[in-house]
Amino acid sequence: MTVEILMPALSPTMEEGTLAKWLVKAGDSVASGDVIAEIETDKATMEVEAVDEGIVTQLLVAEGTEGVAVNAVIALLAEEGEDPTAAPTPAVPAPVIDTAAAPAAPAAPAAPAAPAAPISSLELAQPEPEWDGATVEITVREALRDAMAEEMRADDRVFLMGEEVAEYQGAYKVSQGLLDEFGARRVIDTPITEYGFAGAGTGAAMAGLRPIVEFMTFNFAMQAIDHIVNSAAKTLYMSGGMISSPMVFRGPNGAAARVAAQHSQCYAAWYAHVPGLTVVSPYSAADAKGLLKSAIRSPNPVVFLENELLYSQKFDVPDSDDWTVPIGKARVVRDGTDVTITAFSIMVGKALEAAKMLEAQGISAEVIDLRTIRPLDTETILASVRKTNRLVTAEEGWGQNGIGGEIAARVMEQAFDHLDAPVGRVFAKDVPLPYAANLEQLALPGPDDIVAAVRAATYQEA
Amino acid sequence: MVTKARKTIKRASNRQFDTDQLTTFYKNMLLIRRFEEKAGQLYGMGLIGGFCHLYIGQEAVVVGIQHELETGKDSVITGYRDHGHMLATGMNPDGVMAELTGREGGYSKGKGGSMHMFSTETRFFGGHGIVAAQVALGAGLAFAHKYNDDGGIAVAYYGDGAANQGQVAESMNMAALWQLPILFVCENNRYAMGTSNERAAAVTNYAARGKPYGIPGARVDGMDVEAMATEAGKAVKHVRSGKGPFVLEAMTYRYRGHSMSDPAKYRTKEEVQKYRTEQDPIERLREKLLQDGIADEAGLKGIDKEVKAIVAKSADFAQASPEPSPDELYTDITISVA
Repeated sequence: MTVEILMPALSPTMEEGTLAKWLVKAGDSVASGDVIAEIETDKATMEVEAVDEGIVTQLLVAEGTEGVAVNAVIALLAEEGEDPTAAPTPAVPAPVIDTAAAPAAPAAPAAPAAPAAPISSLELAQPEPEWDGATVEITVREALRDAMAEEMRADDRVFLMGEEVAEYQGAYKVSQGLLDEFGARRVIDTPITEYGFAGAGTGAAMAGLRPIVEFMTFNFAMQAIDHIVNSAAKTLYMSGGMISSPMVFRGPNGAAARVAAQHSQCYAAWYAHVPGLTVVSPYSAADAKGLLKSAIRSPNPVVFLENELLYSQKFDVPDSDDWTVPIGKARVVRDGTDVTITAFSIMVGKALEAAKMLEAQGISAEVIDLRTIRPLDTETILASVRKTNRLVTAEEGWGQNGIGGEIAARVMEQAFDHLDAPVGRVFAKDVPLPYAANLEQLALPGPDDIVAAVRAATYQEA
Repeated sequence: MVTKARKTIKRASNRQFDTDQLTTFYKNMLLIRRFEEKAGQLYGMGLIGGFCHLYIGQEAVVVGIQHELETGKDSVITGYRDHGHMLATGMNPDGVMAELTGREGGYSKGKGGSMHMFSTETRFFGGHGIVAAQVALGAGLAFAHKYNDDGGIAVAYYGDGAANQGQVAESMNMAALWQLPILFVCENNRYAMGTSNERAAAVTNYAARGKPYGIPGARVDGMDVEAMATEAGKAVKHVRSGKGPFVLEAMTYRYRGHSMSDPAKYRTKEEVQKYRTEQDPIERLREKLLQDGIADEAGLKGIDKEVKAIVAKSADFAQASPEPSPDELYTDITISVA
């Protein structure tokens, strides 16, 4: 009986990978547990083990093939006792799974509902206003790494500490290559001890260093929030300006994919509540790089909220090692006339998608990427609302006491007469994020929710 | 390397201190004592508000340890019972007292209060109100000394109550793992607010808390300034030589309540009285100075007078200094980027 070997998903967010190397060839016998191939994901190179025993009859995907979809058939295996040469050679155009053609095959687990379509890096309406030179297309992950590397080259006081940042090259590969370039003095693996290393990082900042403290995700920073708020944010004030904490707390924030309630929370509103903190949450790679460089140079503690699902997205980034994006400045990423949509981080992509859908419905939406959550660039929002007279806010976190509520209040206070409709807010459902694929999709806000909110704000039928 | 924590309390000093050193000990302890008494008085008059944790009884601990440090090179950090530490590092009593009264002339311009004062000059890093936060921050100060290879060490003071916080264990692990130059000083005054050691810790040997991480430790009589200085000297030498952290547990006692509003019903008056009469660090040194002929009554009276004058001046300054300008409300929140 022919067994199909499928391209495995090796991380919660993996959709495709590179088949880097075959370690078996047709005719080889394999036993359960044998390593048969190496697969490169955007995070790491992983070994793939055989699940079933048998003889490899055919390798269907050549070594070095990139973009092999999860669940594509990559090889065929004949079970013991079969004549491998007699196995029919299915005409398999690589990444097609046709379970109907092999009804007797050991039931491959039903392919999970494909994760939501990747966020397309839609053409932004305007190029980076601060840059008119050459650009290079890189991922958000590379942009963050480059920002750290450039600042570490420029300033010996800058160092990176966190879990798996050094030898492992980053749990999400963000710090790849930094240990090799800067050594163990400046790229420091910590124990899993968030409260402790956040405190140690803050103490080092008070003593004059410029720490970058990486949290594997901001969910774990809950253990360290005391030092972020009570030690880093408040000491400048409590010391009458004598002791500062020039440092960056960074890491992925918000929902990833199917990692459930404890690993899927947006903390923007939490940190934005605190005077003394600067809170940044970029969308594009250019902003990720330019803002992280500004954050590292900042004399203040900066909470830098990234997004795991954006790490692999590619964007054009200014080709320069001394280009920064100012903290505290939002950016109009799409011009429009009928409604203003504010968003940050991953929601910017969703807002841009929504704007495209709205365009087809005859509604012109202006999209603002907030980029910095604290200090909030109220002026850019107000200027847009004075033009469009309608506002919809979008965020991935919960609604109560959220960023949208804050923006709505400020616009009500400062531009009440310019509003032609109540401010619409788009946010996650008021539930802990569920694991089940369908429930997760229901809980998280998407382009459709933004479209619906805009239709309500423009008094269109739902 | 696991060094067995010494079970016996170091009482007898095996190091000889000269006349200048001994009289400095006396003067510095007395300064803290009189300063704290004055602070208590000003609190009673309503001139100091909020929380105010007095250090009376524990003076020998900071005075002994600071004697072994290089002020301005080594870093010191502690919790909220911090006035003694500030004075010991050489911070100006005027600025400390004015901070207690919440005035412009205070170290933090009146915005920090009793629990939050700092000095870049003496490298005193606070003054922290979250129990044990200073231990992790102290590990960071030590990290910076090592990173900069500047020869300095960090001293992180914490109480027996803080010793049970998870981040103390986290900090000891990191400090040992990275061989940070840090001296952990547990000031064991027997009560974490109203809860005695025995009711809070399964094992009350705090000097041994570093043992699982290979950090040596020692217990010392924290009511004896000479013993404190002697043991601190050894500990500081260990830390400064690059051998990694050390835990010093100072067995001490606070005469006053946890804070000004604490009636201290969890202990007997007799217990307090016993410490005051039999263990008082200032009285013990005073007797020794007289007995050994190092000082006479007149000489000590001169010191008393001098200290009283310093404290009286600080109290005057703290009352004369104006309240901070209303403009100060919005300063020092973040540093503006030009």
